Amino acid sequence: MTAPLDSHAPNTRYVARKRRVTEDKRLAAGRGNFVQDIVLPGMLHVAVLASPHPRAKILSIDTSAALALPGVAAVLTGAQLSAATNPLYGGLPTPEVKWYPLAVDLTRYAGEWVAVVAATSRGLAEDAIELIAVEYESLPCIIDPEAALLPDAPLVHPGHKSNVLYRQTFTWGPVADDFAKAEDTLTFRARWNRSSTVPIETFGALARWDIGREIIEIWASIQMPNYAEQIAASLRIPLNSVKVHHDVDVGGSYGVKRGIKHTIIVAHLSRMLGGVPVRLIEDRLDNMSGGDAHGPDRIFDTTVAFDKNGSIRSLKIRALDDAGAYPGRGPFQLGKPIAALVGPYTINSVEYEAISVTTNKTGQVPVRGFGQSPTNFMIETAVDKVARHLGLDRLEIRRRNFIAPNAFPYEIPTGTKYDSGNYPAVLDKGIALADWQHLTLRRDAIRKEGRLAGIGVATCLEPGGGNNMFEYLMNPAAEITTFMEGCGIRVDSSGRITGIMGTTTSGQGHETLVATIMGEELEREPDDIRVLHADSLAGLPTRSPVASRMAIMLGGAAAGAARKIKDKLIKIAAHNLGVGESELDYDGGTFFDRANPARKLTWEQLCIIAHRQYHKLPAGLEPGLQAEYVWQVPGGGQLPDAQDKVQLYPCFSFQAHFALIEIDPGTGKVSILDYALAHDCGTVINPDIVRGMIIGGVAHGIGAALYEQFTYAPDGQFMSATFADYLMPSVFEVPFVRDVEHCTPSPLTSHGQKGSGEGGYLGAPACIASAVNDALSTRNLCLDSLPMHMMKIEALLNGDSQT
Amino acid sequence: MSMIKLTVNGVARSASAEPRMSLLDFLRENLGLNATHMGCEHGVCGACSVILDGAPVRSCLLFAVQADGHAITTAEGLRKDDGTPGVIMDSFMEAHGLQCGYCTPGMMIAAHALLEQTTSPSDDEIHEAIGGNLCRCTGYAQIVEAIRLAGRRMKDAS
Ligand code: FES
Ligand code: FES
Repeated sequence: MTAPLDSHAPNTRYVARKRRVTEDKRLAAGRGNFVQDIVLPGMLHVAVLASPHPRAKILSIDTSAALALPGVAAVLTGAQLSAATNPLYGGLPTPEVKWYPLAVDLTRYAGEWVAVVAATSRGLAEDAIELIAVEYESLPCIIDPEAALLPDAPLVHPGHKSNVLYRQTFTWGPVADDFAKAEDTLTFRARWNRSSTVPIETFGALARWDIGREIIEIWASIQMPNYAEQIAASLRIPLNSVKVHHDVDVGGSYGVKRGIKHTIIVAHLSRMLGGVPVRLIEDRLDNMSGGDAHGPDRIFDTTVAFDKNGSIRSLKIRALDDAGAYPGRGPFQLGKPIAALVGPYTINSVEYEAISVTTNKTGQVPVRGFGQSPTNFMIETAVDKVARHLGLDRLEIRRRNFIAPNAFPYEIPTGTKYDSGNYPAVLDKGIALADWQHLTLRRDAIRKEGRLAGIGVATCLEPGGGNNMFEYLMNPAAEITTFMEGCGIRVDSSGRITGIMGTTTSGQGHETLVATIMGEELEREPDDIRVLHADSLAGLPTRSPVASRMAIMLGGAAAGAARKIKDKLIKIAAHNLGVGESELDYDGGTFFDRANPARKLTWEQLCIIAHRQYHKLPAGLEPGLQAEYVWQVPGGGQLPDAQDKVQLYPCFSFQAHFALIEIDPGTGKVSILDYALAHDCGTVINPDIVRGMIIGGVAHGIGAALYEQFTYAPDGQFMSATFADYLMPSVFEVPFVRDVEHCTPSPLTSHGQKGSGEGGYLGAPACIASAVNDALSTRNLCLDSLPMHMMKIEALLNGDSQT
Repeated sequence: MSMIKLTVNGVARSASAEPRMSLLDFLRENLGLNATHMGCEHGVCGACSVILDGAPVRSCLLFAVQADGHAITTAEGLRKDDGTPGVIMDSFMEAHGLQCGYCTPGMMIAAHALLEQTTSPSDDEIHEAIGGNLCRCTGYAQIVEAIRLAGRRMKDAS
C-alpha cells in the first residue's frame, strides 16, 4: 500500500495556473470554424424524408416528381444506398441487426430517415422531399423495454428473432456468501428515462470525393472513436482513402456527435455525383427525432445486502437498457460502468445482469459518462435507502463504507484498481463549503413553515481514461486491448513549438491542454505554442475525446513527445559544452554547465544547431527537432481473466455534491436553493476549464434529474421534437454552484491529472434525487424515477394528501 | 427574389433573397456573417440572437425581408474596428465564459443589449438578459461572471 498522495497546487510554471484558454481567442471573437461555416464551391444541400410510422413496411417509393424538380441533383432511397454500402458498425455479435443510414424495407421508428434529396439549396431539397411518395403498411410497434422482452412482442429486427440484443450475468466475488451473511437486504427499482446531451449545434457533415486522389474528404461536427474506420468499412474503400478534417470546431457534443449515418449519406452522394461537395446539416427536428442521438433509457432492479451498522456487503443489480432501433455502440453503456460498479465504497461482491433490448425508438449513442451517471444514481439511491432504513445519517453511512485513503491502489470486485483517492477529505471539504449545518437549519426552517424541503448528498466516481475493455467483456470477438492516443511536436529553427493532435475539440480546450503541458515540460511559454488538429491521414492514432480521457491520454502523449525533444536537446547541449548529460542544469530552455554556469547554450542556439549545424550534432543524431509519442492507457492492455475480472479505465476522479431544494406542494415544482460540490480530479491542468466542465456538468445533471426526457407515446409517436417539449435548463434553473477542488494526484499520469470532462453530470442527478427524496420522506413518499418532473411529484403529493 | 437593403454593424449592405429566407440564413449565407449561429430555428435557444434597431431579436424567427431598411448588429459588430476583440469578447475570454463557443455569439449579443442599458447590472438583471439563451456547456456561471466583468470594464473606461 502506498501512502495517500495529497498535495495542493503543485510546483509548476504553467500547469494548474490561471491562464486564458487558447481556443477562446477565436471562439469568443465569433471566428469559429464550425461545419456550417464551411462552404465549398458548388456544394449541394441535403434534406431528409422521415417516416411518420414507428414501424411500417415500405411498399413503394416514387421519387420521380422530386427528381424532376429543377435544382435537384439526386434522390437516394434506402434500397439504393444499402446496395452500394455495407451496414454501419454494430458492436455486438448480432449479424441480423443491420443498420443502414436510410430504412430498407422496414421503418423501425417514427422519424427514421427513408430517403434524402440533394439539391442546390436546403430549401429546394425540402421542397423536393415533399414530392416523394411513399406507400407504407403500418405495423404494430414496441416502445416499452420490458414489453419488448415478452415472447409475443413485435420484433424490431425480425431476422434477429428476438428483441434482446445482449443479456449476460456477471458475478464478481462471493455474492451468495455475502448475501447469506448480511443482516438485512433491501430491494428497489430505479428508473433513468431517456434523455441525452442535446448540444446547441446539431450534427452536420460535408463530404467531397476527390476523384484524382481517390480520397473522400470529410468535415463534420464529429466526436467519436474509429470514425474514419467506420466510413471506410461502410463505403467499401481503403482506410487511407478517408481524410477526416479535425480542424472543425464542434459546437458541443458530450459524447453524442456520432453522425456516422449522416456521413455515409453525404459521402456516398458525393461519390455518386462525381465529386460534387455535399452537405447535410440537421435541423432541430431531424436531430431530435431521427438523429440517433438519444442516451440511456434504463431500468435498474437492485437488491442491496447490508449489516445493521450500515456496512454494505453486496449488490445484485439487473440493468435493462433500451437501445432503440439501431444499437451501434449504445449497448456498451451497460459495460463501461463496470469500471466503478461499487462506487467509492468497500462493497465486497456484486452480481450484475445487463440486458440490452431493441425497441421502435431512435438509436442510442454514448452520452457523457457512458452509462456511469445512471449507475451512480442507482448506487447512491441504494446508499440513501439503506441509511433511511437504518435511521443512519447519510453522511455517516458514506463514511462507514468509503474506501480508506491508505487503501489505494484499491481493487474492486470487478478487477479494476482505483488509482488514488481521499474520499473522506473531499467529503469534509464539501461539507465545509456547503455548510451542512446551515443547510440543515434552512431546510428545517422551511419545513417548520409547513413546506417541503430536502437536502441531497451524492458521493460519486468519474472513471477517466478509457480502455475499451468493456467491449471485449460484452463481445469477445472484439479483441482490442489498447485505447491509445498520439501527439506530435515540432520545434522549428526559430525555436517556436508546434504541437500536433489528431482529433476534434468540442469545447474541452485541447489546444490549451497540449500547449500547457508541452510548455510545462520544456519550460517555454504556452501562449507561444501553436497546436494543430491534424487530419486523419496526417495525424497519429487517436481514439477521440471520449471517456473523460484527454487530460490523461492526450496530456500524457503531449508530455511524452515534449520529453523526447528535451532528451534530444540534452544530448546536443552535452556534446557542445563537452560535459556529461548529468552535469547540466536546465532552466527555461537554456542548458548550463552546473560547474560553470557561465558556459551555457540557449534554446535558440540549440534549435539552430539542430536545424542547421549538422557538424555540431552528436554522431548519429537525427537532424531537426521533431518527435511523436503514442501512449497506451496506463494499467490497461490485458484481457479479462477467467472470472471476467479486468482493469476498466485507469483513473478515478471523485466528487461530493450537496443541494438544498424546496418543492412547491401545489405544483410539484422543485426549486434548487443552494448547490455546492467538492471535486478531486488530481492535478488540474487549467482551473477555468475544469471549473467550467464541473458546473456545466451539474447543469446538465439538473436537466436529467428534473426536466429532460425524450417521450414516446404508447403508439410510438415521438413527443419531444422541439426545445419547447424537451426542456433544457436555462440560467433560471441552474443555481449558483459553489465548488472547491481537492488534489489527490494520480500516480499513473504525466502530472497527476485525472478526467474531469464528464464532470458534475456524474453526480448531480443522484444528488438532486437524494434531495427530493429527503423532502418527500417527510410525507413518507419516495420517487426513484428520473426526470422528477413536477407533474410526477405533484401526482405523488396529491395522491398522498387524498389518502 | 427581393432586394434587401439594411445596415449591418454600421455598414450599408444589400443582397437579394427569397421571401421565405430567414434573417439568420440571410446573414450567414448571403452576407457571409458566420458568427450568428443556428440552434433550433424555433425561437427557443437564442443562438441566433442579433440586435435589430437596438433590441435583441431571434434572427431565425424573422424573414430577411422584415429587416429591410433596419439596422442590425451581429456578434461581428462586437469587435473593435481593427478586428480585435471588443470589451465583451475580451471579458468572455478572460472569464472563460464559454466552452464550445456555439451559444457564445448569442450570449454576447444578449450581454451587449443589457450593458447598453446599464454597466453595473445586478445578477437578476444578467439572468433576465440571458434567460432566453441556452448554453449546454457552461452551466452559465462563467458567462454571468464574464458579463459582470465586461460591465465593470465599460464603467471604468467611461
Ligand atoms: S436558432 Fe433562433 S432561437 Fe434557436
Ligand atoms: S459554450 Fe457550448 S453551448 Fe454554450
